[in-house]
Amino acid sequence: MAVLVLADHDGKHIRKSTLNTVAAAQKIGGEIHVLVAGNGCGDAAKAAAAVAGVAKVLHAEGAQLGDELAENVAALLVALAKGYSHILAPATSSGKNILPRAAALLDCQQISEIISVESPDTFVRPIYAGNALATVKSKDPIKVITVRMTGFDAVASTGGTASIEVVQSPGDSGLSTFVGREVQKSERPELTSARVVVSGGRGMGSGENFKILEPLADKLNAAMGASRAAVDAGFVPNDWQVGQTGKIVAPELYVAIGISGAIQHLAGMKDSRVIVAINKDEEAPIFQVADYGVVGDLFKLVPELVEELKK
Amino acid sequence: MKVLVSVKRVIDYNVKVRVKADGTGVETANVKMSMNPFDEIAVEEAVRLKEAGVVTEIIAVSCGPQACQETLRTALAIGADRAVLVETNEELQPLAVAKLLKAVCQKESPQLVILGKQAIDDDSNQTGQMLAALLGWSQATFASKVVIADGKAQVTREVDGGLETISIKLPAIVTTDLRLNEPRYVTLPNIMKAKKKTMETLKPEALGVDVAPRLQTLKVSEPPKRKAGVKVPDPKALVDKLRNEAKVI
Ligand SMILES: Cc1cc2nc3c(=O)[nH]c(=O)nc-3n(C[C@H](O)[C@H](O)[C@H](O)COP(=O)(O)OP(=O)(O)OC[C@H]3O[C@@H](n4cnc5c(N)ncnc54)[C@H](O)[C@@H]3O)c2cc1C
Ligand SMILES: Nc1ncnc2c1ncn2[C@@H]1O[C@H](COP(=O)(O)O)[C@@H](O)[C@H]1O
Repeated sequence: MAVLVLADHDGKHIRKSTLNTVAAAQKIGGEIHVLVAGNGCGDAAKAAAAVAGVAKVLHAEGAQLGDELAENVAALLVALAKGYSHILAPATSSGKNILPRAAALLDCQQISEIISVESPDTFVRPIYAGNALATVKSKDPIKVITVRMTGFDAVASTGGTASIEVVQSPGDSGLSTFVGREVQKSERPELTSARVVVSGGRGMGSGENFKILEPLADKLNAAMGASRAAVDAGFVPNDWQVGQTGKIVAPELYVAIGISGAIQHLAGMKDSRVIVAINKDEEAPIFQVADYGVVGDLFKLVPELVEELKK
Repeated sequence: MKVLVSVKRVIDYNVKVRVKADGTGVETANVKMSMNPFDEIAVEEAVRLKEAGVVTEIIAVSCGPQACQETLRTALAIGADRAVLVETNEELQPLAVAKLLKAVCQKESPQLVILGKQAIDDDSNQTGQMLAALLGWSQATFASKVVIADGKAQVTREVDGGLETISIKLPAIVTTDLRLNEPRYVTLPNIMKAKKKTMETLKPEALGVDVAPRLQTLKVSEPPKRKAGVKVPDPKALVDKLRNEAKVI
């Protein structure tokens, strides 16, 4: 039996989350097929064919597939499901939106955000904001799974020589239409795949004050993140939120500035290799997970830190 | 127009969850339980739509043991008009909940169902999408803004790259994200009023739904603990540690 991976792509390139998901598929075993669905995504299909370990790319084109509407993409997955033992998608906002819809149509209980494959039917997934790990065994004929990117090291994006097969897609469901998108443009690395993340919390005090983190992020070539409190207060955009209900990151270095360290925040960053915390409250729970902590006023410490890094 | 909101009873988000020593689950005895925070946002949104004159009736539904009545009372105190408990002591997984909610939708014919995006106990993030699939309805997940007009809902969604807006045909499923609204505090007079509102109890068998779990939990374990590190006096010492000890910069 083969494993089908739903690719996350931008039409031209395959996103890294797809490479993590292919890695999870390799742990399961069997031939790996990658579905690239979109409107004008031929380049992404070619990129998918070059991914190490992929045997076949299914390339689906259609105007109705252009904006990742769940109704249309789930219908396509269901049409292709026969012949697959597993269907995987990265646990991105798009994967989380689409896959449960396909799972229900297949009468399968999805397994969300796995971090480890124990056997082809048994997986480990965090529950309760990562305060517990559940090992679950699926009895369903098709295992429908979203993959937490931080749980699997990405496979190489080159070296593969998969064939590309064009597949037909069901038409537009007519249920929903795409209206628009407000994309946050940034020159910085993408939050979930950055090597270093600099995050600010409520302690930053305002959106304006986040500017003092920029020289630090520049110096470290870091992505910028935030706590929920900072997002709720409107300091920074929603897609900066790290945590149980935001993005899950595990960079080499995570710098938490003016963040107290609530369990919901820790859920999104505690698997980082090295954690640094700057907080004026020496009792702040963030220090319980930080490898290195500095107690003091961030408005004084952050500029000093930038100066030190320049030396 | 009728709206259905689903509310799940979960361990309160402030509780430090502990794994049971025998590895069968987490400690729930004498632990504070509350409404899933995303469901509070769902009820609040429904109440605001009613206050705006868009919605005429709000039905709150919970699936689970009898104790879910308490969660439903909270929903009624926030402003739901009546409540339905689908009572069962079986472990419920998202597909089963979606099937139960589908059966309730078929009885009640709402134009809109609002669910939380995620239950903070199982962290599944599935039920709304599954319900939409089973009903063949449109879906808008992770909503941070909902505008209803002309038989459609225009929904702004929180996605990885920022925000996106879609227009969905009613009847539809919406799941809430954190920024959709800030739920009101329940007041004592509203708690008193909630006691007089009706609460119906249904059983999965009567709804013709098989809720048997599809996933078997083999074990629940504690995640590896992270050791607290050291405090350093100043940025100079920090940079030294990062360069020479952690070798991360
Ligand atoms: C359902 C639900 C989901 C949630 N999901 C998430 C999530 O995904 N991500 C998330 O982050 N949170 C989430 N939360 C919120 C979480 O519980 C906390 O409220 C939030 O993380 C707090 O953010 P914070 O640490 O920035 O703010 P606070 O807890 O207010 O901490 C601010 C910190 O800044 C420090 N500080 C202030 N001024 C200075 C200064 N000048 N110099 C140095 N330090 C300073 C203070 O000492 C304090 O420790 C969720 C909550 C719920 C209920
Ligand atoms: N047992 C339940 N009773 C009522 N609603 C539920 C139940 N389980 C899940 N839900 C709803 O589905 C949403 C998503 O849950 P989940 O898919 O488990 O993360 C929750 O926020 C609730 O609105």
